Parts: sequence; C-alpha cells; structure tokens
Amino acid sequence: MKIGYYPGCSLTGTAKEYDKSVRKTAEVLGIELIEIDDWNCCGATSAHITSHRLALSLSARNLLLASKQGLKEILAPCAACYSRLSLSAEELIKKPDAKKEIEELLGEEILEIPKIINLVQLYQRVGAEKMIEKKGTGNAKLKTACYYGCLLVRPSGLNSFDDSEEPQSMEKIVTICGAEPIDWNYKTECCGAAHSIARKDIVVDLSHKILTDAKTRKADIVITACPMCHTNLDMRQKDIKKKFDKHEKIPVLYLSEFVGLSMGLTKEELGIDLHFVPFESKTV
Amino acid sequence: MKVGVFICHCGENIGRTVDCPKVAEAAGKLPGVVHSVDYKYMCSDPGQNLIKQAIKEKELDAVVVGSCSPHMHEKTFRKAVEGAGINPFLCEIANIREHCSWVHENKDEGTDKSIDLIRYAVEKVKRNEPLTTIRVPITKRAMVIGGGISGIQASLDIANAGYEVVLVEKEPSIGGHMSQLSETFPTLDCSQCILTPRMVEVYQHPKIKLMSFSEVEKVEGFIGNFKVTVRKKARFVDDEKCTGCGDCIQNCPIKKKALSEFDENLTTRTAIYVPFPQAVPNIPVIDSEICTYFKNGKCSMCVKVCGRGAIDFEQKDKLIEEEVGAIIVATGFKLYSIEKKPEDSPIKGYGEYGYGKYKDVIDGLQFERIASASGPTEGEFLRPSDNTVPKKIVFIQCVGSRDEAKGFSYCSKICCMYTAKHAMLYKHKVHDGEAYVFYMDIRAGGKMYEEFVRRAIEEDDVKYIRGRVSKIYEENGKYMVKGEDTIAGVPVTIDADMVVLATAMIPQPESKKLAQTIGIPYDSYGFFNEVHPKLRPVESSTGGVFLAGACQSPRDIPESVSMASAAASKALVLFGSDFLEREPIVAKVNENICAGCFYCKKVCPYNAIEIKEIPSKNGKPVRVVAYVNEGLCQGCGTCNATCPSKSVELTGYTDAQIFAEISAI
Repeated sequence: MKIGYYPGCSLTGTAKEYDKSVRKTAEVLGIELIEIDDWNCCGATSAHITSHRLALSLSARNLLLASKQGLKEILAPCAACYSRLSLSAEELIKKPDAKKEIEELLGEEILEIPKIINLVQLYQRVGAEKMIEKKGTGNAKLKTACYYGCLLVRPSGLNSFDDSEEPQSMEKIVTICGAEPIDWNYKTECCGAAHSIARKDIVVDLSHKILTDAKTRKADIVITACPMCHTNLDMRQKDIKKKFDKHEKIPVLYLSEFVGLSMGLTKEELGIDLHFVPFESKTV
Repeated sequence: MKVGVFICHCGENIGRTVDCPKVAEAAGKLPGVVHSVDYKYMCSDPGQNLIKQAIKEKELDAVVVGSCSPHMHEKTFRKAVEGAGINPFLCEIANIREHCSWVHENKDEGTDKSIDLIRYAVEKVKRNEPLTTIRVPITKRAMVIGGGISGIQASLDIANAGYEVVLVEKEPSIGGHMSQLSETFPTLDCSQCILTPRMVEVYQHPKIKLMSFSEVEKVEGFIGNFKVTVRKKARFVDDEKCTGCGDCIQNCPIKKKALSEFDENLTTRTAIYVPFPQAVPNIPVIDSEICTYFKNGKCSMCVKVCGRGAIDFEQKDKLIEEEVGAIIVATGFKLYSIEKKPEDSPIKGYGEYGYGKYKDVIDGLQFERIASASGPTEGEFLRPSDNTVPKKIVFIQCVGSRDEAKGFSYCSKICCMYTAKHAMLYKHKVHDGEAYVFYMDIRAGGKMYEEFVRRAIEEDDVKYIRGRVSKIYEENGKYMVKGEDTIAGVPVTIDADMVVLATAMIPQPESKKLAQTIGIPYDSYGFFNEVHPKLRPVESSTGGVFLAGACQSPRDIPESVSMASAAASKALVLFGSDFLEREPIVAKVNENICAGCFYCKKVCPYNAIEIKEIPSKNGKPVRVVAYVNEGLCQGCGTCNATCPSKSVELTGYTDAQIFAEISAI
C-alpha cells in the first residue's frame, strides 16, 4: 500500500520522534509513505487566525502538490495539520468560487483534491488481524488513557470516523495491542494547545487537570496522536510539578510509539528515549 | 363542446410569476374555447359568480380553471359549476400555482408553462363525460388505536354520543404515559387522580369494547367500511374468569428477573404482573420470557393459588376481525433513549452524558416515577444509586431535541414545562436542595405556562442557566456537569448529585409499520402526517382515519385531549349521515372484450376486483370476466395499466383523455 505523507513542521522539529515512529510502524506494516515534495506550512494557528484566505491557500498549495504527484490520499499525523488540510479540502470541494480564487493565486488548477486521513484512520484501515499478527511482546495489561485532544475528532460532521464527544477509535487500537484502555473524562478536553509558549500558566493548569484525571483512574500511560498535545503533556510536566507539588509523573507516548512497541520495535527505534518523562515499560 | 377558461391570479401567488391576462388571452384562442377571462381571486364569491354567469350567458358545456392545486379548490369550483347546471365532472383544474408559479422565477417561462398546462386541461375536459357520485353505506362504529389519554378521550366522546367504540391498546393496561406521571403542569394536580376515573369510565362504558394487550394487524376497506384484524395477544390468564384479586402476583416466586416497564426500569416486577395497581383492566399478564413454567414446566404456583382457575398456559394469540367506519390513531410517543447508539445508527446519541453508565443520570419519565407517590420511592426524592436525598440536581433540556448534529431538529415542546415542574416539585420537598436548569430557550406558550416557569424561578429559586452541557463525568462521588453559561459568557461546572435529562419525544418504534398497515402518511421521523397543518390538523389523508395526540407530533396533555375530541367529532360527523358520497373515479371493465385473465385482480392493491360470470341465453355460465367493486376501488389505475387487452378504463381518466392531454403539451 502506498500513501501520501505530509509531516508538517512539528514532525521535523519538536516531534521528531513522532515522525520516526510513524515511518517505522508504516514500514513494518508494509505501507510506503510518499512525502509531498516541497510541502509548506498547513496554515495552522497563526495563519488561520490572521487570514482565512492565507490559511486556505497554504493548505491548497499542499493539496495541489500532492495531486500533481498523483497522490489520492495523504496521511497527516499532526492533528492540527489534519484539521487544516481536511477543512480546506472540504471548502475547496463545496465552494467552487473559493476554489477558483485560490487557484488563481496558485496559478494552477487543482485537478483532484486528495483525501486527508490521520494516523488513527491509517491503523484502523490496516485492520485488527494485521496488527495482531505483527504484535511483538506487547504492552500487556498496560492501563492506557487515550487522549484525543481538541482537533482529532472535531468539528463533528467533518471527521465522521469517530464520535466527537465520546470517541472510541484509539481505545480499539490499544486493545488490539494488548493493553487496557481506561474509561476517563478528559479525553477531548483542551491541553492549552498553542498557548504553550506565550501563556504557560494556562497550559500548566489545563494539562495538570488532564494528567490528574488519568492518574486518578489508574492509568500507567497517556497516549496521543497530536504533537502539540504531546509537547504540553510531556514537556510541561516539569512546570506542573513546580506548581502542583502532588503531581506524579506519567509517561506520554505517541500512538505510533505505542503501536510500535507492540510490534516489538525498540524504544530507540521509535524515539521514545527523546521524551522528557521517561517511559519504563514493565513488559516490553 | 363550448369550453370556458378561468385564470386565477391568487392575489400575487400566481400573478407574480405568471402573466395571467396573457394566459387568458392565449387560452381564448384554443380550439373549443369560447370564453376566457382572468380574475384576482377566482375562489372568492365574485370569482365563482363570474364562472356561473359565464356558463349561463355563453352556454358553456365545460370549464377549465387555472388556479391552485385541485387538493385546494377542485371541490369549490366543481360545486360552483354544478350550481350553474353543469355536471361537476366537466370542470377541470389546471394547477398553475404549485406546479408553476411557486416553483419558477422567470415570468415569461412561467406564463408559457401556464398556457401549456391550460391547453392540456382543455383537451382533457373536451373528452370528459358527465359522472354521478357513488353512495356507500357507513358502518357507524369506531376503532381507537392507543389507550393513552388521547385514545381514552376520543373513545369516551364517541361512546357518549351513542356509537360503539373498539379501543385497542398494545400494553396490558390503558393509561399510557399519563398514568406514569407524578403531577401535571401548570396546575400541579395529581396525574393519576384525574386520569384513573376516566380509565374506569372506559372500562365500564357499555358502548366501549376494550381490547387491551392487543395490536392492529391488518386494515382493509375504506372510509365508512373498514375491516380491521386485531391480534389479541395471549395473556395466559382467562379474562372472563379472573377477578383481579392479585393472589397470583403475590405468590409468584420470580421476583427480580424483569425490570418494571411502568417504573421505567427503576424497579423489578414478577413474571405474572399487572403494570400498576390501578391498571385497567385489572387482569394480570404472564411474561413468558421469564416465567419458570415456560422455561421448564417446574413451577405453577399461580395455578395453585388462583381460586378461579383463570391461569391458562395453553392460551394462544387470537385474531379478531372488527368492522368499523372510522379509525382514530392515538399511539402516542416514546422517550428517546440516549444511551450510546450502535455504530450504524444515523442518530449519534449522547455518550458523553453517561446515561446508562451512571445510575443517577436519568431521563424525565424516570424522574416522574421517583416524584410519584406510587413510584419506587413513594414520592420521596431519593437517587437510584444509593437511595440518598440528592442535594443538588441538574436538569438538562433539549437532549436530542433541536439538535441537528446529534439528535432531531424539532422541538419536543413539553420539556420546558415539565422541567420547570420537576425542579419545582423537588424544591417543594427538599427545601435545602439546589436545582439548576440548562436551557436553550424557555418555550412556555400556553395558558398559565409562562407564569408557571416564572414561579419556579422566582418563588422556588430554581437556577436557570442558558447554555448547553458538553459532558458529565463522575469525580469524587459527584457528577461533574460541564457546560456554558452563554449569558455570562463563562464555562460552568456544577458538582451535582443527580442529573435529569429532558430527552426528545419520538414516535413509537413501530409507528412506521402501523402507518403502512393502515395506509396513512408519516414524516421522516415517523410522526403521522395530517392533511393540512392548519385547517385539517386531525385528519390523515386517508378518508376516515383521524389522528390524536403525540403520534402526530410532540403534544402535551391539554393539546392531546383537544385533538382527541376533535378527532372524535370528525368521526361523529361521518356517522351523522347514512351514506357516504364518493367520487366516481373508479375502474370500469368492458365486459365485451375482457378475456378473463385476471392480471388486474393480482395487481389491485385494494382487493376491488371480483370474478363475474357471464351467462348465456339459457342461464348457464359461459365465461368469466373481471368486475370492479366500486366501494373498494380507489381509482389508482393499476389495473388499467396492467390489462393486456385494454378492457379496463379508469372513469374520468380514460386512455383517450390522457393521450389527448399528452399530445396537447
């Protein structure tokens, strides 16, 4: 299976290990990732709060490049990229006038708008059998809090792959990997997102609530499929600890890392050694 | 034949997009047309007089009116024509409103299309034959389907007028949802206290035949002459012998296997049971799913204790045929259960509210049972999980209603009122308790309704928060209700002891099936459709079938009762005459050429085709031909289209007429 790949800026910097583990698991699963040549920013946060047209045209350029490469489907592991690219694709399909305007800006017509999928959808597609078949020593009995954050399953209607308020798709994947998903309350709450730098205080409060609920419900680890969430939940634990003395550290893994461990890949191969909160698996 | 054409402007309705004088002028030039005029309101008295006058002065033989849909005014114009001495079936309507002006924007195109429509109506009317209406006798007896408050009211009204009523109820007792309620808004009178006397009256009424635990299986016939097959489900208790003493129920050893439907799953019931003590009829039913006798034959305690020998394990379902002239459908509603839906369901549900997961997150009907003096807590406010008094209750309105993303787009109408009532009842009993209501808008239209809600807010200190709830989760023994206060513009979290969800009113799950059985239309949700939302709100489009209560759309008690009385009076209007006049649009067989293949009989949806023997001179049958029962024929034309030898024609719509219409376009 071949599929287009849009890493986005995070996966080349702060979330290098996400990129590494996505590529590694894809390789094991026999999926060839074809990176979009000369891709640019997806138009997230700073672009889309400044100018809708700017955000749309940034995304549209990526879609244009992908379609020129003959890619019908693109994997965008970052939740923000996934959201921007799919919202833009939808707008281009539904509003021919907007499409025309953007095409004039780009100087080219987008002949076929590719479909955007996220990592959860990719693993879902690979199917239960294949995941089990590739299962290595597994994450047996690891109590796992699946954290979706704000963007992965929203807005409802657009992302029909799961319920936007009570999603379950990651839980299913985690179960296949041999772990035990926990029932918890903060799986779609906000982690503070892009406030990570400018308003650290907000991020510390919000992320603390999320991690505390996971801990209270006896989670061993939290998994996520968003580099922004990972930054806040993993990197900011030091600051959380400073403010909330009682905070107990909890490792935060990317979904791809978690799946990779189940397949028998090592922590180094997956980049888990790069995290701020170390992950010491009892079973791997 | 001299044809007159009359073009109506319908005020601006047609006039805006059709040049009516131009249409009239063009129509005047059509072959056969001797008179053609336009007028602002043709259906008005002066408009009708215009037609009558023209018929006399110009000696017209036939009339075409270019106006609204024949559903609206065909009758009006045919009556006018008849008044001027022409057979009413020589009047045709060309629909230039719904089929033209309302759906087009361009005036030139609308005008051209109207001329086309007039031309074909003229070609048809030239071939129309004078017809006479058919008279059919009326069975002056009604069936009411559903024994809730609507069905009860309708039955009593008809029976008190002196006509027989068959009341069919699918549950073991009549009473419906109203019997489950605690108090009723806006007067706070006890629901059971006002309802049970009505239930008893139904039971004792000499003109009412009550068929409880029964369901309508088949409906045949037509207005004035329905034949309904009712399945009387096996109760396993002989209703002739049973006195309702209750000994069987007290001695039944199966106590906790089934959840009580009447108590909305908050309590359990025995295998042999009556839904509630005031049930009508007070005759128990055996739940064969959980009864030990039906499992392995090892228990027959009820047989032993019954002094009347009324238990009958061998009882079978019975099919009973009833002949009635009118049917009133009053099957009511169900509450939308918001538990997480299966993945293939189009309705997404509200998994984030934890209904089904948290015991103290309940729906409105469950709260009614808790508040009710006859309920599981005998009216004390105790929460289901641990039987303690909740000190803080959050009520959430519009769960499933007015929510296109996750539920239904309509407003369930009663929730604003019953939520105010719930909060009020709670505050009356738990003085130090706090009640919060999350709402979108407060819709309290009705006599003394708004005053009632104000009372809850001002006198009983119920705290109303305008906004939606995003999720409910458990934390430290509390239910954390996260929502938004859109007036203050802040997120709010309330740590509640109990949460009550005002979930949407939806039709009964079998409503679509029943509608198909009876042959009445329903909307996309499964609510039954009325013929006209304003002027004929209790009539279905099938003659003789009327609608009452929440099966038509969400309704409260006063509205359901009004509808029921209205539906009853519609049935009584029907019973007011001995014969029913029907349009003579029925199929006719040309016996000379009918080959007797009876393809028509196979395809007729109304069983209107019979076999007729044609005798020779000496009286011996020589051949058989098809014969149309005019009483049953609905004029659908299926036989006409099927007949290989073209020996069936639809009166008023013969092939010659239809082809003339088509060629004229």
